[in-house]
Amino acid sequence: MKALVPVKRVIDYNVKPRVKADGSGVDLSNVKMSMNPFDEIAVEEAIRLKEAGKVEEIIAVSVGPAKAQETLRTALAMGADSAILVETDEEVEPLAVAKILKAVAAEVEPGLVILGKQAIDDDSNQTGQMLAALMDLPQGTFASKVEVDGDSVSVTREVDGGLETVKLSLPAIVTTDLRLNEPRYASLPNIMKAKKKPLETKTPADYGVDITPRLKTTNVSEPPVRQAGVKVADVDELVAKLKAMGVA
Amino acid sequence: MQVYEAPLRDMRFVLEELWHDDGFGNIPALEEFDSDLMNAVLEQAAKFSQEVLLPLNRSGDEEGCQHENGVVRTPAGFKEAYQQFTQDGWAALSSDPEWGGQGLPERLSKLVEEMTCSTNLSFGMYPGLTHGGVGAIAKHATDDLKNTYLPKMVSGEWSGTMCLTEPHCGTDLGLLRTRAVPAGDGTYKVSGSKIFISAGEHDLTDNIIHLVLARLPDAPEGVKGISLFVVPKFIPRDDGTPGPSNGVSCPAIEHKMGIKASATCQMLFEESTGWLVGEPNKGMAAMFTMMNNARLGVGIQGLGIGEAAYQSAVWYAKDRVQGRSLAGPKYPDQPADPIIVHPDVRRMLMTMRANNEGCRALGAWVARALDAERHADDPEVRQRAEDFVALMTPIVKALFTDLGHENANLAIQIYGGHGYIRESGVEQYARDARIAMLYEGTNGIQALDLVGRKLGAHLGRYLKSFFHPVSEFIEANKGDGPMKPMIDGLEKAFGALQLSTATIAQKGMADPEEAGAAATEYLRLFGLVAMGYCFARSTLLSGMKLAFGAEDKAFYNAKIKTATFYFERILPQVSAHFLAIKAGKKSMMALADDAF
Ligand SMILES: Cc1cc2nc3c(=O)[nH]c(=O)nc-3n(C[C@H](O)[C@H](O)[C@H](O)COP(=O)(O)OP(=O)(O)OC[C@H]3O[C@@H](n4cnc5c(N)ncnc54)[C@H](O)[C@@H]3O)c2cc1C
Ligand SMILES: Cc1cc2nc3c(=O)[nH]c(=O)nc-3n(C[C@H](O)[C@H](O)[C@H](O)COP(=O)(O)OP(=O)(O)OC[C@H]3O[C@@H](n4cnc5c(N)ncnc54)[C@H](O)[C@@H]3O)c2cc1C
Repeated sequence: MKALVPVKRVIDYNVKPRVKADGSGVDLSNVKMSMNPFDEIAVEEAIRLKEAGKVEEIIAVSVGPAKAQETLRTALAMGADSAILVETDEEVEPLAVAKILKAVAAEVEPGLVILGKQAIDDDSNQTGQMLAALMDLPQGTFASKVEVDGDSVSVTREVDGGLETVKLSLPAIVTTDLRLNEPRYASLPNIMKAKKKPLETKTPADYGVDITPRLKTTNVSEPPVRQAGVKVADVDELVAKLKAMGVA
Repeated sequence: MQVYEAPLRDMRFVLEELWHDDGFGNIPALEEFDSDLMNAVLEQAAKFSQEVLLPLNRSGDEEGCQHENGVVRTPAGFKEAYQQFTQDGWAALSSDPEWGGQGLPERLSKLVEEMTCSTNLSFGMYPGLTHGGVGAIAKHATDDLKNTYLPKMVSGEWSGTMCLTEPHCGTDLGLLRTRAVPAGDGTYKVSGSKIFISAGEHDLTDNIIHLVLARLPDAPEGVKGISLFVVPKFIPRDDGTPGPSNGVSCPAIEHKMGIKASATCQMLFEESTGWLVGEPNKGMAAMFTMMNNARLGVGIQGLGIGEAAYQSAVWYAKDRVQGRSLAGPKYPDQPADPIIVHPDVRRMLMTMRANNEGCRALGAWVARALDAERHADDPEVRQRAEDFVALMTPIVKALFTDLGHENANLAIQIYGGHGYIRESGVEQYARDARIAMLYEGTNGIQALDLVGRKLGAHLGRYLKSFFHPVSEFIEANKGDGPMKPMIDGLEKAFGALQLSTATIAQKGMADPEEAGAAATEYLRLFGLVAMGYCFARSTLLSGMKLAFGAEDKAFYNAKIKTATFYFERILPQVSAHFLAIKAGKKSMMALADDAF
């Protein structure tokens, strides 16, 4: 079976984001961009499934600007077989991404779509779930373990109370959590090979998807600066303070 | 704190922007390495260096290598990191694809090397030495030896060493005593003791391949009687696995100032089987063909440490609050201002920054010449590139390692008393950087190489490969523009270089001691002018980029400011060196030996 792995180009997790002076968004000019870490985990999981003989082919897909090609090349260097860039310079909301992915999946016919549970730029945590709904497929979100067995997949999920394992019939949608695996470094020979792997460029219009945003961002601002803490002498004082603040 | 993030923006600048008209023309063989690919390699190398090598730098320094019963153990984590390094193909970076290498251009692999040196100089020694061995075998050994050793050494599965030094001979290899006696079957029995052999013994690989300089029984005295041999720790079996042990042992390792995670070994060869590499008595020549690359590599070590020291110092200078700005408090809400506000701290930070950017730009130019020397179609270009590499190699080696050590010392100074304390991490940089000024030919020997061998070679032909582009650049950019102060400064410094060159040529001809007395100052003067040329080009280019509305304004503006600092505060050192050279050897040699 094939695995479809959507990857997003986001601000690098080491970079401290700065808000634009006019409050219209985050300033991305000359900022280091990388693959969303959860998506890296998704790519890694697909490669491990391929190495285990459960997946034959891995297709990486990204919705975003031309520069997202670099992100796709990274996925190819890690071990994906081919890539599709759905190019747009517009801001794409999770629903639009899910619609595009649905259209891509209709062509690719994957047995598994493995997505990151969320992207670290907007933290939406929606695309995988929306895609499952649109495609009417079973979903296993926040995966910390994925086991493919015949025509089903067992997904161990990290939920508030602990771990929950669900068994889904394939095809299915999986979203990855942080502890699923540790993504590999791309090796030098694979970086060189990635250059020769197929990368196809499309547009949202090719898939007939209208990506017009449904939300309007009114303002983006920096989080308030943390105030200095105070030292308390003992537990009693701590409890008293917490009570005074109304949290205990 | 040891802070490091690969300076990718500046690396891309020297790789793709600064030298597009380097005078060596287009090199079709390198066209497949396009910008996207080189970027992808740089980014992955940065990730690997920062995430795998850097965390082992301090711990490796604290733990060091351990020697027990002839076995050497590298510090915790080194073995795993080495395995990953080789598995991911980084060891084979620039090696010939014929032997399983990736064949990346030098202009790219030197930048990757810089990252390795910045994050873990000790670690870099192991693949670095292997690379040297690969060079010697590939160029001079028989096909049999190549087939046996190159694939495994290129991949890093087996490592290599260079065994030159003996207790009584370091610089003067003519005194070498290790013997090689024909065994009658085409091999030789090699016996003798070597010291200071980096990576001579360790636990990273299953076999270690020594390249040993030794004397044949009837060899002439001195350097003309030295031959080169391959001596494996274990003699490979026909199936390629390490076989019987070969009489090679490591009785002890050195306890030293820095690069403590790199094993520096005493080595004993007892009737060890060796195979001749190249011709009998031509061992020095065989060694020297790879010396250029090894010396450039050591230069990069200086730059690598210089960059790491700079970044660690910047971090501290923003974090440490002490005293108030002389211009009035700049951060009134804090108990004092961060020390980055103080002019004297700025002096140190700007010096370090200029040293790094100047060396990186110059190194990139020389690396391009290495590529042209190997791959250019036109023989005239190949020759010019070779001349240039030969000329610049001693300069890169000595200048970069001197400045790398200067940077490490400045980082300690910026940390104040804390810089002297182990936990700060920066005193390690000074200890690690120190060795690069010594091995691969001391920096004094580099200076002698420059004045003794390189200046006069082919009636000064090597010099043209540097003098011509610089004087053309000055001519082309003269006049009343924004570049005027810089071009004037460069012209003056270049004039001092030309005059010093003539002085040395003249006086040195009659009295070689005069050349020897001027050598170190001359090398520094040359290096300062070369960096000045790089900064002037950088400024011109940055100005144009800004004029044409480049996106990356902050980068180009900073480049111009750093270049301006270099021209105003560092390049003037040329005058002092010039005066010292002009003064000649007299006062230096006046005191009798026993008056000391
Ligand atoms: C950590 C470490 C790792 C090393 N790794 C290796 C290795 O892997 N393989 C290997 O073979 N060697 C290695 N070496 C040895 C190193 O290359 C030598 O130490 C170096 O070549 C200098 O030789 P020496 O120590 O004998 O100094 P000497 O040759 O005794 O020099 C002492 C001083 O005299 C000066 N001097 C000597 N001769 C002249 C001259 N003719 N004119 C002017 N000045 C002169 C030198 O510049 C120096 O300042 C290593 C050394 C160290 C410390
Ligand atoms: C081995 C050792 C022994 C010591 N022994 C003693 C001892 O016996 N008694 C004792 O009291 N102390 C002792 N010290 C402390 C020592 O005197 C201080 O470390 C030293 O005064 C520097 O202070 P600092 O380390 O806080 O550096 P900082 O004051 O933080 O200085 C950091 C850097 O900023 C620069 N800087 C700071 N302020 C300014 C300014 N206004 N303008 C320009 N530049 C500035 C400094 O020059 C330095 O480069 C010792 C330290 C060491 C390492």
